[in-house]
Amino acid sequence: MKKDRGDIELAGVCKSFDGVTNVVDGVNLRIADGAYCCFIGPSGCGKTTILRMIAGHEDPTAGEIVIGGQNVVGLAPVQRRTAMMFQSYALFPHLTVRENIAFALRVRGQSKADRLRAADAMIEKVRLTQFADRLPAQLSGGQQQRVALARAAITEPRVLLLDEPLSALDEQLRVQMRQELRRMQQELGITFIHVTHTQIEAIALADLVVVMEQGKIKQAGPARDVYAHPHDRYVAEFMGGQNVLSGRVEKVNGASFVLAQAAPSGIEVPLQARSTVSVGDRVDIAVRRDDVALVRPGRDLPPGCTTSLPSRVLAIEYQGYFVKVMLDTVPDDEFVAYVPEKTFFADPFTVGDVVMATWATGSALPLA
Amino acid sequence: MQPSQNPSRANLAGWLYVSPLVLVLVPFFVAPILVVLAASFFATDGFGGLTPGFTLASYFEVLHSALTLKLYLATIKFTVLTWAFTLIIGFFVAYFLVFHVRNQLLAIGLFLLCTVPFWTSNIIRMISWIPLLGKEGLINQALLATGVIRQPLEVLLFSDLAVVIAYVHQLTIFMIVPIFNSMARIDKKLIEAAIDAGASRFDIMRLIVVPMSKSGIALGTIFVVSIVMGDFFVVKVMSGGGSASVVSAFYEDVGVLQYPTAAASAVLLTLVLVAIISLILRTVDIRQEITR
Repeated sequence: MKKDRGDIELAGVCKSFDGVTNVVDGVNLRIADGAYCCFIGPSGCGKTTILRMIAGHEDPTAGEIVIGGQNVVGLAPVQRRTAMMFQSYALFPHLTVRENIAFALRVRGQSKADRLRAADAMIEKVRLTQFADRLPAQLSGGQQQRVALARAAITEPRVLLLDEPLSALDEQLRVQMRQELRRMQQELGITFIHVTHTQIEAIALADLVVVMEQGKIKQAGPARDVYAHPHDRYVAEFMGGQNVLSGRVEKVNGASFVLAQAAPSGIEVPLQARSTVSVGDRVDIAVRRDDVALVRPGRDLPPGCTTSLPSRVLAIEYQGYFVKVMLDTVPDDEFVAYVPEKTFFADPFTVGDVVMATWATGSALPLA
Repeated sequence: MQPSQNPSRANLAGWLYVSPLVLVLVPFFVAPILVVLAASFFATDGFGGLTPGFTLASYFEVLHSALTLKLYLATIKFTVLTWAFTLIIGFFVAYFLVFHVRNQLLAIGLFLLCTVPFWTSNIIRMISWIPLLGKEGLINQALLATGVIRQPLEVLLFSDLAVVIAYVHQLTIFMIVPIFNSMARIDKKLIEAAIDAGASRFDIMRLIVVPMSKSGIALGTIFVVSIVMGDFFVVKVMSGGGSASVVSAFYEDVGVLQYPTAAASAVLLTLVLVAIISLILRTVDIRQEITR
């Protein structure tokens, strides 16, 4: 059987519910066939609306949605060959697990024997065989989630859309079901589009992470790109793991520039992707929290470090394999160092200590 | 709370919780039923006087009368017709209000509009059919004027048709309310999930909405069936005396002071109704559906 392509292209997609404000505002995006794509952003950023437009539950006000080379705007979900897994699952409460999963085949007019056989095969795939005759209310959250996944996957869609699929689960289960989603996606070999507001979930799962804010895409790319090389302050802060500092450019010298700060030395930043910076510009930079080293005043800085900012320790949180040290380095923003556990306890700090926060010059990243 | 610590106090609290209901049910429901039950076993002197005792004569009389069966058949006919029409109308009105009126305020407004006929009395509502259905009524005049008929239709008023129309008019709201209630609790996401799976509008109604409105349909059915089976007034007025029902027969009995026979008929009807209602409850677990 020839598998249909499930690549998606969004071209200038806009959606407005009231005719005044665009909830989704001119989104352009290309998602490869068989990719696992995560849309991430705060609530109200339009990510769920995009998902619902791809699913066919909402029509875009403007723009085109192309799936497998075919413009699907105006088509019903069945014609698009998409399937959606709803937030809190929307399982039919009066139908058993087997009937829930077989529902789509039933309304497609498949014979009872055929559809129950197909449903049972799918039930086995999601490891629910012993629960096949139960009602959804008699299942745990994780089991319900698997039913929802099986119900969506049984029609062999070319795109599976998941609306915050893990948000109803507790932490431990979430990690477990995350794996299950990824496994199913690889097994089915179809495009998954997953909406979430949890950063870890997005970067753990996705081939393509799409960060959104107020109806616009802020950055789209592989998980590592988005996490390690955020384009701007918003993405850096939203994805987390970064300290964002800002200041005026004091001088530009060749491949780097110096950012004026409270620190006597200023902060040296490599230009990297940013090609033009002139003296006087206000620039944001990001430094990964795990790149920050803490040195007691008067001691030598580690090699490669030119910047050191005197800071006071505000709070310390033990996180297991690292220690989270919160500092008052930057007046208004939070500044955090993730110190490896062993390093920290070799010479532990206490709250109120003055330390020098430093990092290798090359690890500072100028933001747009 | 730990009931084991002080069982008598917990018991007292339990009784206090149910006391309001008991205070209402005992004098207004249990006591009258017991009085009727007792009266059905009494003998009568034929002039309204009752002789306490135990005789099955009244039951024997009621069960051996050919009229009883005829009346039950007539009543069941009215009940089934009324139930069918109120169910169809009630279901679709509720369906429209819940799934097609997007604005919730408007839906509640329209819902209240359904109750407007109840701002006036039962009798007025029945009488108001006369100008419409009567011999000189609007319908007959319209049909005569358009030449569809030459003689006014007599069947419209003071007939079984008129009885059913009046019942449907009065009782549809008793279907709408519980069905509306159970439909309103259906998560709209379920409908969307069904659409996503490729279900047609008819599939959604058949496979999702109807099964999930079962408790409302059962409740409405109980209301309509028990009201129609326990009514004589509408039959009397709207049939023009041409038809009778079970209750109208024992109303006549009371009129001629045959209290024990009337009481026996009442007990019999109660038993029939209890049987019908338990049958409904057996098909639909209302308690489970409501607490779902």
